[in-house]
Amino acid sequence: MTPSTLNKIPEKFSGTSSVLSYYLKFLILGAFFGFVLTKAEVISWFRIQEMFRFESFHMYGVIGSAVVVGMVSIFLIRRLNIRSADGEKIVLRPKKFHPGTLLGGIIFGLGWALTGACPGPLFALVGNGFSIILVPLASAIVGTWVYGYFRDRLPH
Amino acid sequence: MRDVLYEPWPWYIAGPLIGLMVPLLLLLANKQFGISSSLRHMCAACAPIKIPFFHYDWKTERWNLVFVGGIILGGILASFFMPNEPVQITADTTAQLKALGVEEFNHLIPADIFSWSNLLSFQGIVFMVVGGFLVGFGARYAGGCTSGHAIMGLSYLQWPSLVAVIGFFIGGLTATYFILPLLF
Repeated sequence: MTPSTLNKIPEKFSGTSSVLSYYLKFLILGAFFGFVLTKAEVISWFRIQEMFRFESFHMYGVIGSAVVVGMVSIFLIRRLNIRSADGEKIVLRPKKFHPGTLLGGIIFGLGWALTGACPGPLFALVGNGFSIILVPLASAIVGTWVYGYFRDRLPH
Repeated sequence: MRDVLYEPWPWYIAGPLIGLMVPLLLLLANKQFGISSSLRHMCAACAPIKIPFFHYDWKTERWNLVFVGGIILGGILASFFMPNEPVQITADTTAQLKALGVEEFNHLIPADIFSWSNLLSFQGIVFMVVGGFLVGFGARYAGGCTSGHAIMGLSYLQWPSLVAVIGFFIGGLTATYFILPLLF
């Protein structure tokens, strides 16, 4: 693997079957994630209300233990210099800070408590057959678009 | 095994499994966990017009769109294993929500608020249309959502992610205590 081929996925694959197998793993990972989100009721509006009322440990336990697992794995990946399956070095992009990190975060939080769902659960709820959730999902896409439209005029 | 599939999963099973998304995406594909970027890719693919923010090679990010497609699929699969009973939130939360005016507790979401028939009421517009808009707008402005900031960002100790998560809670608590009571 030469540096020039990095991040050129899926162009580095030739043939339909390898492109399919490249995307298949994301489909499976996503399905696993959506399944767990549903089974833990993380996608429930009621669970989010409970969380923001500090009435139950459930959501804090889910997010907290997920962060611990993520933290330990990234520590090990870095410490042991583990490479990805394609032999690439794993480099994490730093998260940038700007006023929007807080302002956008507050705006997101308002929406999270109203819809009772962040983006992952919105998709999972649609899968669970709640067709009405297509409305907040479409609205979230519009919100993303409007952010892009006004981006230059917002403090960053 | 059958029982495990049908019961709701406790946090100490679900949380670590969700956390595994971080190393699995990194190790299998060298990708950073994050969901809300998919909304940007959809804008870039469908209606970029002249907005610079949507002019990039979204096709290299198609994996993210396949991933959220997978989440829908996972929701479909899980729906076959969901018990036909209300979400077991605490009695206190139920009482508070009833006092607020929520009447329907039988599904994952309250059907009296989230329904097509309620969509054009003031309440429906705020919960569904405005709420969704704020989720999409806020996530992109903050640079991530619960997955990208709270789980991924905190996992590699990014302090901006901590700021974003604090923002999520400032917004969430404001909506819970000051906005929700106005909507019933």
